[in-house]
Amino acid sequence: MVFAFLGGALLLFIIAPIAGLYLNAPLSSWTETVADKSVQDSIWLSLWTSMAGTLLFSLLAIPLAYILARKKFRFKSLINGLIDVPIIIPHSAAGIAVLGVISRDSVLGQAADLVGLKLVGNPSGIILAMAFVSIPFLINAARDGFCAVPERLEKIALSLGASPVRVFFTISLPLASRSIVSGLIMMWARGMSEFGAVVIVAYNPQTAPVMIFERFTSFGLKYSLPAAAIFVAVSLLIFIILRVISKK
Amino acid sequence: MLIVENISLMVEDFSLNNINLSIEKGDYFVLLGLSGVGKSLLLETIAGLRTPSEGNIFLRGKLLNSIPIQNRQISIVYQDLVLFPHLNVYENIAYPLKAMHAGDIEEKVIAAATQTGIADKMERMPASLSGGEAQRAALARSIAAGSDIFLLDEPLSSIDLKSKNELRILLRNLNRSGITIVHVTHDYEEAISLATKIGIMENGKLVHVDTTEEIFEHPKSEFVAHFIGIKNFLRGRITKQTDSDLKIFVSEKIEIFCLSELDEGNVFLMIDPKEISISNTVLEGSIRNHFKGRIKDIAPARLGLVVTVDIGVDFAVHVSKDAFYSLGMNVGKDVWINFKASSCKVYN
Repeated sequence: MVFAFLGGALLLFIIAPIAGLYLNAPLSSWTETVADKSVQDSIWLSLWTSMAGTLLFSLLAIPLAYILARKKFRFKSLINGLIDVPIIIPHSAAGIAVLGVISRDSVLGQAADLVGLKLVGNPSGIILAMAFVSIPFLINAARDGFCAVPERLEKIALSLGASPVRVFFTISLPLASRSIVSGLIMMWARGMSEFGAVVIVAYNPQTAPVMIFERFTSFGLKYSLPAAAIFVAVSLLIFIILRVISKK
Repeated sequence: MLIVENISLMVEDFSLNNINLSIEKGDYFVLLGLSGVGKSLLLETIAGLRTPSEGNIFLRGKLLNSIPIQNRQISIVYQDLVLFPHLNVYENIAYPLKAMHAGDIEEKVIAAATQTGIADKMERMPASLSGGEAQRAALARSIAAGSDIFLLDEPLSSIDLKSKNELRILLRNLNRSGITIVHVTHDYEEAISLATKIGIMENGKLVHVDTTEEIFEHPKSEFVAHFIGIKNFLRGRITKQTDSDLKIFVSEKIEIFCLSELDEGNVFLMIDPKEISISNTVLEGSIRNHFKGRIKDIAPARLGLVVTVDIGVDFAVHVSKDAFYSLGMNVGKDVWINFKASSCKVYN
């Protein structure tokens, strides 16, 4: 009973602010905000950059997660700890760190310049900032997923004539897929909601969190509420759909 | 066909030490030993799943050490987790064929499944199969892989008695069809029932390799004797007497008169518990061996009782319940055990 009460209080703590968003935003302002091109662009930018970062970095994160799950090597604990660093450092600091790597003065920034790619103040920079803060969610989930796949099954597959690459794609990956998909969803959701790192790398074009912040600082709470409510609704809707699909 | 030469391997705090083994094509070789003695480790080393720190493995005349697992053509089947859980029976059996880009996959899958009696369950997922059915599917997959040597790690341990008997028949048939089988078990009855040759493992060492008959007729260590259920097994030295055809067997704690063609040297001695009589006083007559001791334990046997008598070493005596209780015997009572010199089986 006590646990139920404590749990209920916590749920209320999560639900109340979100519910407040919708209760405090007058319906009349919704249609106006939805029709606003800058709001649409910001939400769309948040959705696709986060998705692009998730997919792009999954190509690096999943193999790393597999190595961490299967291999024993020196400094493995150090690497496992390092992966969680983006979660624990302040996200504004994370943004400054990313900016340091991709600015025009950096090697990466200069290399990108050479091929005509602009990183700062550009969706590509946003992708990098989002990926930096959200990649731990994917690596950790995928590593746990691979750890849960019995190594014995991989050994059997090898003894049946399958190459290590084939074993990875036909045994390890499918059996860890639930955790990996869960990690992908979490990475995408976390990246999409990122403000601190993104605002430093690219104030413009504006992602939804930056747009909501700007509306709040320039015009106040009343003006920012509908934009926040719409962004949260879109995010939740996609999040729920992806969760349902991933569990099937 | 398979030669294991001086294999040593260390895994955490356990090691396999200097294993030598030779298995001929068509052998049914059983690695017998208690749990944790390194049987599975040796099996995985042969399969290539573990790399030995020393030694060589030859298969079909080729040195295997540097050949990747997938090119060794050795199938391994474990006790549990035998099938890929996300694939149905058909897909499991087809797995090696797809991996090797083989032709006529469906035909080969059906042939392998028919051979092992699992053809009627092709669409079933592993989670819905019984232990015996899963093993049949796993064996079919190994057949489909085209391996001529199967490594089986306790394949009959987690299945019911009926399925176990059926699978033994299947394994014998597979062996007769020319497949060499290396089978790990801790069950000596399973070993007797299947093996043409047995290797006994103890603490990371292969202590005795021989034919099934020889292993059970002439065990070469107390461990083997006890492990395979032989009681009254002693290691000692035999010496002849000048004025008697009887020899004296001397072990650490006991001297026994025995009839043997062997004159002198280190020997093993076995006495069948059924050849020993138990009494309250020394039995007169032609019996030459009498020892006073104390009843330590009484255990029911399939027929009668097995009484353990401590005479300095533990001796097992097989008696009928009627005889035992009519003599008023019980645990703690001092008794005599008596057996003939001719009841002693001595070999070197």
